[in-house]
Amino acid sequence: MNTPIQRYNNTAMALHWLVALLVFAAFPLGVYMHDLPLSPTKLQYYSYHKWIGITILVLAVTRVVWRITHTPPPLPEAIPRWEVVVSHITHLALYGLLLAIPLSGWLMSSAKGFQTVWFGLLPLPDLVGKDKALGDLLTTVHQGLNLMLFLLVGMHIAAVIKHKLIDRDQILERMLPKGMSK
Amino acid sequence: MNPFIRIVLSSLALMSSVAFAVEFKQVQTNESTVTFAYKQMGVTMDGTFAKFAAQASFDPAKLAKAQARIDIDLASIDTGSSDGNDEVAGKQWFNAKAYPSAGFISTGVKALGGNRYEARGKLTIKGKTLDVIAPFTFQSTAARGVFDGSFTIRRLDYNIGEGVWADVGTVADEIQIKFHLVVNASPAKK
Repeated sequence: MNTPIQRYNNTAMALHWLVALLVFAAFPLGVYMHDLPLSPTKLQYYSYHKWIGITILVLAVTRVVWRITHTPPPLPEAIPRWEVVVSHITHLALYGLLLAIPLSGWLMSSAKGFQTVWFGLLPLPDLVGKDKALGDLLTTVHQGLNLMLFLLVGMHIAAVIKHKLIDRDQILERMLPKGMSK
Repeated sequence: MNPFIRIVLSSLALMSSVAFAVEFKQVQTNESTVTFAYKQMGVTMDGTFAKFAAQASFDPAKLAKAQARIDIDLASIDTGSSDGNDEVAGKQWFNAKAYPSAGFISTGVKALGGNRYEARGKLTIKGKTLDVIAPFTFQSTAARGVFDGSFTIRRLDYNIGEGVWADVGTVADEIQIKFHLVVNASPAKK
C-alpha cells in the first residue's frame, strides 16, 4: 500500500482498547461470580465487577462524545456498500450496549438493595427503590444484553480477521498505534 | 390566699402528679422495630429483625425501677438478600439452631438531660454475654411512650461471622443496632 494509513487519534485508540480490556475482565468475572456460593470473595468480586462496569459506562459516554465530535478515518473504498451498512449498525449497537449494560447492572443493584459505591468511595444514587420483581427482571435484562454483546463482539472480531486474512486491507491498523503495525 | 383558689391549685397539682405517675409498660410490638445497619465492601446495608418480644417498664420519675428486656428471634432476620439470610443463620454467623435468640436485659437507666437517657445492660448473642450501653430518647404523651435509640457492637466480640467471614474488610466489624419501641402507659399502682 502506498497511501499512508489514516488512523484514529490517540484518544480514540486509548478509549477503545481500555474499554476492550475492561469488557474482557468484567464479562467473565460476571459469569463466574454469579454461581459462587456466598463468601467474602463473592462479595468482593461483585464489587469489583460493579466498579469495572461503572468505569466502562463513564468511558462509553466519553467515547460517544468523541464519536459525535470527530470524524473517524475513512474506510477503504473497496469495501462493498452492504459491509459498510452492517459495520455501522454493529458499531452503533456496540455503543448502545456499552451504555445499556452497565446501566442495567446499576439499576439491578439498586432494585436488589445493594447500592453501588464506585471503588468503595463514590456512592451512586439508587435510581430505583428496592423491589424484588424489578431486580429479577433487570437480572434477565442484564444477562440478555450481555449475550447480545457477546455475539456482537464475536462479529466485531470475526470482521477484523476477515479484513486481515481475506480482504488483506488495513481496517485493523486504523485502530493500532503506529509502532504496532507496518 | 382565697380558699377557693387554694382548692383549685391543690387539685391541679394533684392532677398533674397523677398524670405523671404513669408507667409505660405495654410494648406494642407491631408498631415497634429492631433494625440494624452494617457496611459491606464500603456499602451501607440495612437489615431488620421481624420477630422479637419486648418487655419494659419505664417511669421517667422513677428511673431506678426502669427495666427492659428484648428477645430477638434470629431466624426472623432480613439482611437485605435471601442469600444473606440463609448464610447468617448458619454456624459461622449466628448458629441459629443452637442459639435461636439474642437477648438484651437492662441493668440500669440513667438520665442524660432533656428527653435523653442511657440504658445499660447485658447483651447475649451466640452464648456470649457482654455489657452494652444504649443511649435513647423517650417521648411521651399521656398514654403512649416512644423509645428511640441505637448502639454499635463489634460482631467479632460475639464470634458473629467466623472463618472466612472474620475478615472485616468485606463485612465490617461494627454493626449498628437501632430500636424503636412504642410502649403504652398503664396507670401506676399506688
